Amino acid sequence: MPASKLADATAVACLFFIFLVPLAAAGLAIMNVGLGRSRSAGHMMMASLCSLAVAALAYFVCGFGWQGYIGRPAHEMLLGGKSWNWIAAEPFFFRRLDFNGSASSLVAPFQIFCVGLASLIPLGSGADRWRLRASCLSTAVLAAFTYPLFAHWVWGGGWLAQLGVNYGLGRGFLDAGGASTIQVVGGLSALSATWILGPRRGKYSGDGMAPAIPGHNGVLVLFGCVLALVGWMGLNSAGAILFTGGEASGAALIVINTMLAASASALAAAFITKVRFGKPDASLTSNGWIGGLVASSASCAFVSPAEAVVIGSIAGVLVTFSIEWLELRMEVDDPGGAVSVHAVGGIWSILALCVFGHFLRPVSNVGLDSLPEAMIGTVSGQWLAQLIGVATLLGFVLPVTYGLNRLLNRFYPFRVSVEGERQGMDLHELGAGAYPEYVTHTDEFLPR
Amino acid sequence: MKVVGFLMLLAGWFLVLAAIVLFPSQAFRGAFVLSGIAVEILGLVLAFRSHLVPREEKG
Repeated sequence: MPASKLADATAVACLFFIFLVPLAAAGLAIMNVGLGRSRSAGHMMMASLCSLAVAALAYFVCGFGWQGYIGRPAHEMLLGGKSWNWIAAEPFFFRRLDFNGSASSLVAPFQIFCVGLASLIPLGSGADRWRLRASCLSTAVLAAFTYPLFAHWVWGGGWLAQLGVNYGLGRGFLDAGGASTIQVVGGLSALSATWILGPRRGKYSGDGMAPAIPGHNGVLVLFGCVLALVGWMGLNSAGAILFTGGEASGAALIVINTMLAASASALAAAFITKVRFGKPDASLTSNGWIGGLVASSASCAFVSPAEAVVIGSIAGVLVTFSIEWLELRMEVDDPGGAVSVHAVGGIWSILALCVFGHFLRPVSNVGLDSLPEAMIGTVSGQWLAQLIGVATLLGFVLPVTYGLNRLLNRFYPFRVSVEGERQGMDLHELGAGAYPEYVTHTDEFLPR
Repeated sequence: MKVVGFLMLLAGWFLVLAAIVLFPSQAFRGAFVLSGIAVEILGLVLAFRSHLVPREEKG
């Protein structure tokens, strides 16, 4: 059962995987920098660092108190004669955690990195116009409330995880690597942010055209993909151990699946852009790569390598067309492609688990004592559990995230002034450009 | 339209919750969950449409 002490070898391996997770955050951060304009590069990196810091502190203060972990104190309510575990009842500030190698003591550092990763996702969408303090406030709300609540439902033995035990829906909602808790929650926050911020100036003109505003550094974007891969291997492996009761020995399959899904997805995106535009597009290919990593997350421990390739390929197609559709048809100005990569890719990952997943070992997302050994193999209703998870993300997480951010925006406007946007976020908010020695656009580095 | 869109998202989710609690049969439950998701998709479409950039701001 995950709440108990892990075997020493598993705990050490898990700790190693957890240490890799910040590389995923580093990868996303420098991708966001590369996909934005040069005059906002320093600001984006600063916002990423501040978001990581705010997320860690907010999660420490009250996030873990509401998220908790399987088998630890939680509030339950009776609904239709069944007990619904809806929020954890942990004291704030990690006060009742013993850092003794138990699964719950490993969950705390893992979750601090995960919530940091989720908080970086919306930054890519708000690039070039989201004020630093406003993004920190939004991150605080995400890390203190939205993320812990949904993560409790999935990873803390909450009602989504209980769907199997309570209602016979497979093993309940399953997500080994955080496709829902990190990626879709982050992606929906990104969508809320783009809606509230509106598009960058000049993005949508009256003639119906939406001119591309290319990222300023393709090398950073592509290097970010490689960094993110390493982080994702840790993320998926540690998540599978901590939240599905996996063994360290299963990590080899997870690492292979992660790599294969990303590869297939990136190549699918490169192929599509080559066919459509004559040359492969670097930024869409890198978005495809991250989309493949996202798509690998939920099912990384439950599919074969061949199935991971299929999941990745479909993710590459989905992400590529979704970016274009959102930008041109829905007028969502998302410079980092975060909504398509993380929200669309994450939803596909959740659904892919019920399409391709097979369960050769007991899965312990609510504790093994609640789940008989007989639940190895095929159990009907998994698709319904996964669909209910998606419905909860769209029907609860999106409105709540949007509402809270809208409220914040009323008290502290998210968007920078027109002058600040023209001048660039670096000079306007930080007082110095990221590349002061390489002035290529004279209007980008005007003296203050 | 914006508010209606978000209310429909919530309404779809409540339909899904109601389906879990009220129907013991998996077929009924599945049908109502799918209906709830359909309502959510309609809400999402409304939410997207309500955030299109106004024509006067484009020029």
